[in-house]
Amino acid sequence: MRPFTYSRANDPASATKELAGNPNAKFLAGGTNLIDLMKEDVERPSAIVDISGLRLTEIKPIAAGFAKGGLSIGGLGKNTDAANHPLIRQNYPLLTQAILAGASGQIRNMATNGGNLLQRTRCPYFYEVAMPCNKREPGSGCGALEGVNRLHAIFGASEKCVAVYPSDMAIALAALDAIVKVKNASGQERSISFTDFHRLPGDTPERDTNLAHGELITSIDLPPNKFADKSYYLKVRDRASYAFALISVAAGLEMGSGNKIVQARIAMGGVAHKPWRALKAEQFLAGKEATAENFKRAADAEMADAKPLEHNKFKVELGNRSIVLALQMAMNGGKA
Amino acid sequence: MDVNETPDLSDDEKKLFEDLMPEDLDEILDTGVNRRHFLKLVTLAGGGILAAQSAVAEQLFTRPLSVPVAAELSSATIENGVNVSLNVNGAARKLLVDSRMTLLDTLRERLELTGSKKGCDHGQCGACTVIVDGQRVLSCLTLAASCEGKSVKTIEGLAKGTSGSTVRLHPMQEAFLKHDGFQCGFCTPGQICSAVALMDEAKRGDASYVTEDVRKKTAPVQLSTEEIRERMSGNLCRCGAYPNIVAAIQEVHSGKPVEQTFRFSA
Ligand SMILES: Cc1cc2nc3c(=O)[nH]c(=O)nc-3n(C[C@H](O)[C@H](O)[C@H](O)COP(=O)(O)OP(=O)(O)OC[C@H]3O[C@@H](n4cnc5c(N)ncnc54)[C@H](O)[C@@H]3O)c2cc1C
Ligand code: FES
Ligand code: FES
Repeated sequence: MRPFTYSRANDPASATKELAGNPNAKFLAGGTNLIDLMKEDVERPSAIVDISGLRLTEIKPIAAGFAKGGLSIGGLGKNTDAANHPLIRQNYPLLTQAILAGASGQIRNMATNGGNLLQRTRCPYFYEVAMPCNKREPGSGCGALEGVNRLHAIFGASEKCVAVYPSDMAIALAALDAIVKVKNASGQERSISFTDFHRLPGDTPERDTNLAHGELITSIDLPPNKFADKSYYLKVRDRASYAFALISVAAGLEMGSGNKIVQARIAMGGVAHKPWRALKAEQFLAGKEATAENFKRAADAEMADAKPLEHNKFKVELGNRSIVLALQMAMNGGKA
Repeated sequence: MDVNETPDLSDDEKKLFEDLMPEDLDEILDTGVNRRHFLKLVTLAGGGILAAQSAVAEQLFTRPLSVPVAAELSSATIENGVNVSLNVNGAARKLLVDSRMTLLDTLRERLELTGSKKGCDHGQCGACTVIVDGQRVLSCLTLAASCEGKSVKTIEGLAKGTSGSTVRLHPMQEAFLKHDGFQCGFCTPGQICSAVALMDEAKRGDASYVTEDVRKKTAPVQLSTEEIRERMSGNLCRCGAYPNIVAAIQEVHSGKPVEQTFRFSA
């Protein structure tokens, strides 16, 4: 690891100020991604501002505004605490399942809600500094495009980058239409809708999100919804646990009378540079009956646009079946 | 020793440099190495290794020092030193660490607690699991600097009593012994710390990815074998002692003896 100065921030204002004064400074939250990447020499901050002691950990009902009746989740709260909070388990079981599908008990005890959203890709070319990678070193090329790309994107990739985004929690948040609240050094706050938070790679794969340098995630807000009775987070991976997703699907259904779907929410992980909202499948399902046949047609509609690479063609069929299975599990009340 | 009073290298120290890296000596002296920098270099490179390679170094390092060796870890010899006070296994510890030092390296290299193991150093194996403020965490991804005011429990701190016949192992340690929950033992300290914390998580009613209905919260939860396997998935065992590890945990969790079933092929 390269040398860096270390300081502890006592409040959001001093934390954001410290970052604003140094383009090479980074916040440290749980450290489970940043410290790993610093050991790998992928991240090379000259200064670390430890924000883990900030008291932005509360989970509380939202009394006013767009997400009125929803829930605000502190940016510095731990993943374990979010997953097990009674209001989240009861009203947003999809989020509980998604968080618990990720990493391990130890890592979820360390990982924060804000840090989770900002974890970087697990693309092996990004991790190995001897390899070309436009995300790590803009202009060096993409090793995976013509290389070993079994784990890579089938939607929204570019010639510059075919990496996928690894978070499980974020896939559920995308399906739940979450809002990310951030604050900068001037004390200005802004709200970013979840679909606008992460980016597709385009020509600037070095930028994962639309967060500006020094902006602090203070909370993640969830609007109220009617998906809690019928939702499920499905994760498919190479081993049964403690592995990143090959494909994951967060599904939520709001049901009307007579087995009719009022609206559906479907987001996919492991397929793109950001949480992938399966809008075509959602649109197909709105107003339809919840039948196996309709689930299959919704999945077909979504996966028709997939553009696989040499080694990840299996993800198209896997994605199709995963959408169907996740919807069936959701209809079954989300039981594991 | 006050480093500012002797800004230049002594003759002995110049000789040591010459001995260790003859090619670089002129350049080093030209570009200006002062004593403070020299000491830093030697400390950072691990004085012990250098000393073993150089006769001059041997003389230099075996000379009686006016200060004990540990005190050489002062802010003059550590780049980006951070002072931390933490509690380790019930004892208050205060030390100055390099900002880059992980909790794992601090336990092993500075506090002589080598029970916690370094399997991967990247959060992928669980061998370094310790319990910080009651929660199991990975010490290889924790900066020591971030542990100010925290309480750390390691495998060394689980047993009760200090020595000889007064020592009583933690029930989880007893269960691992009884069930042969290990082979080489490298993953074991991490497995046991993880399992000890897991017992509290179950009492609290925490859910897992295999919990049938996360909307139903019951505390405590009764852990099935499948639940234990999922919740312990952050601890890898290269020897594959998993069935025995699960049996040991199940026994402590249920409070009832768990039968071992061995099947031999004919
Ligand atoms: C072995 C292993 C397996 C894993 N498996 C999974 C998995 O299966 N699924 C999954 O989803 N994840 C997995 N993870 C990733 C893990 O979930 C993330 O590393 C974790 O969520 C990151 O959170 P953190 O608080 O530790 O972030 P840190 O490492 O502290 O920070 C990450 C980044 O976010 C920035 N940051 C942190 N907090 C804020 C904030 N409030 N505002 C602005 N910037 C901030 C930091 O500057 C840094 O750039 C795994 C990790 C490991 C090591
Ligand atoms: S050494 Fe920490 S997880 Fe492997
Ligand atoms: S006992 Fe050898 S690695 Fe687990």
